[in-house]
Amino acid sequence: MPHIDFVPGLPGIRGPMAFSPETARPLNELVNVLLRSNANHPDSTLSAGERELIGTFVSARNDCFFCQTIHGAVASHHLGDTDWSLVQSVKQDYANAAISDKLKALLAVAGSVQQGGKHVTAEQIEKARSEGATDRDIHDTVLIAAAFCMFNRYVDGLDTWAPDSSDLYRYRAQKVAEYGYTHEDHYMPPA
Amino acid sequence: MPHIQLNNDAPGIRSLVIYRPDTGKPLYELAQALLRAGSPDSTLSDAERELIAAFVSNQNCTDFCRNSHAAASRYLFGEQASIVDQTLQNPETAPISTKLRTLLTIAERVTADARTVTDDVVATARAEGATDGDIHDTVLIAASFSMYNRYVDGLATLASDDPTDYVAMGERMGTLGYVVPKPN
Repeated sequence: MPHIDFVPGLPGIRGPMAFSPETARPLNELVNVLLRSNANHPDSTLSAGERELIGTFVSARNDCFFCQTIHGAVASHHLGDTDWSLVQSVKQDYANAAISDKLKALLAVAGSVQQGGKHVTAEQIEKARSEGATDRDIHDTVLIAAAFCMFNRYVDGLDTWAPDSSDLYRYRAQKVAEYGYTHEDHYMPPA
Repeated sequence: MPHIQLNNDAPGIRSLVIYRPDTGKPLYELAQALLRAGSPDSTLSDAERELIAAFVSNQNCTDFCRNSHAAASRYLFGEQASIVDQTLQNPETAPISTKLRTLLTIAERVTADARTVTDDVVATARAEGATDGDIHDTVLIAASFSMYNRYVDGLATLASDDPTDYVAMGERMGTLGYVVPKPN
């Protein structure tokens, strides 16, 4: 049971966001800028799908069911991973997943950030650069990983409810891909 | 030296939001909403909010955030400024309310592993007078500083060792709040 009486039926982060619209606004703006707008920046080599993968990977390391499932579903949607097997392989063993060496190097950075910012080493940054990551990619990777360490704690620290049905996450992934994170829409599918 | 070229020599998070105002804007708006306004039914003062931020940053060993938010908290506590260092040293013996002590327990658990925030610790905080807004705001302050700390340390930003630098910073934070700095 959630620690606060949120509006019933709102999954995961949506409960606390409805409870606190003043903080929800910058939170949604942050995630929209980081996971979507910046994918189109000329100095970025990270696609929206790869950005979602980084968020999913960190959420899995934090064992946050809601965040890893919804962002995994969004990543899969962007990357054409219809059976979710690519996302699963990144969560389980990214070093052997079918992703670029650059993304593997950035996931190593993200994994260090998840443990604590000081775990990031100069060697990890060098490796990411040598695989083609720009400063902008490195910045965004660190901030995506850090931000998910916040979102995961917000969701789990308040013991929010997460639906089990993969259909719901697939439905939401499609909506997120279409509208982003700052669009107000009805969360649940039409009855 | 920072891991990436930030093109400014500001310290800590200021160097990052000058480098990237697109993400800096929501990051500062979040800090302002959480550390100044707070939930409508919250009983936490601004000084206490800054103290929770400093407490979490201390737990995460992020010197810049600990020192700057401790300085803001001292500024806002005014004559009771010594509460800040007593709390950072040992919240059990510090002269703070039992309610704040129970909220610091929640913050500590969110920071270490959010899944350890049990019904019991929340019930204890409520019994001491914590409102829904207090619990929400405490969890999100602790969660957000788990982000800010990682952002500041993960990119190896600069931090001053000189305590007087933080006094000025604390006064600015205590009076102006969180305003994205202009590039220098």
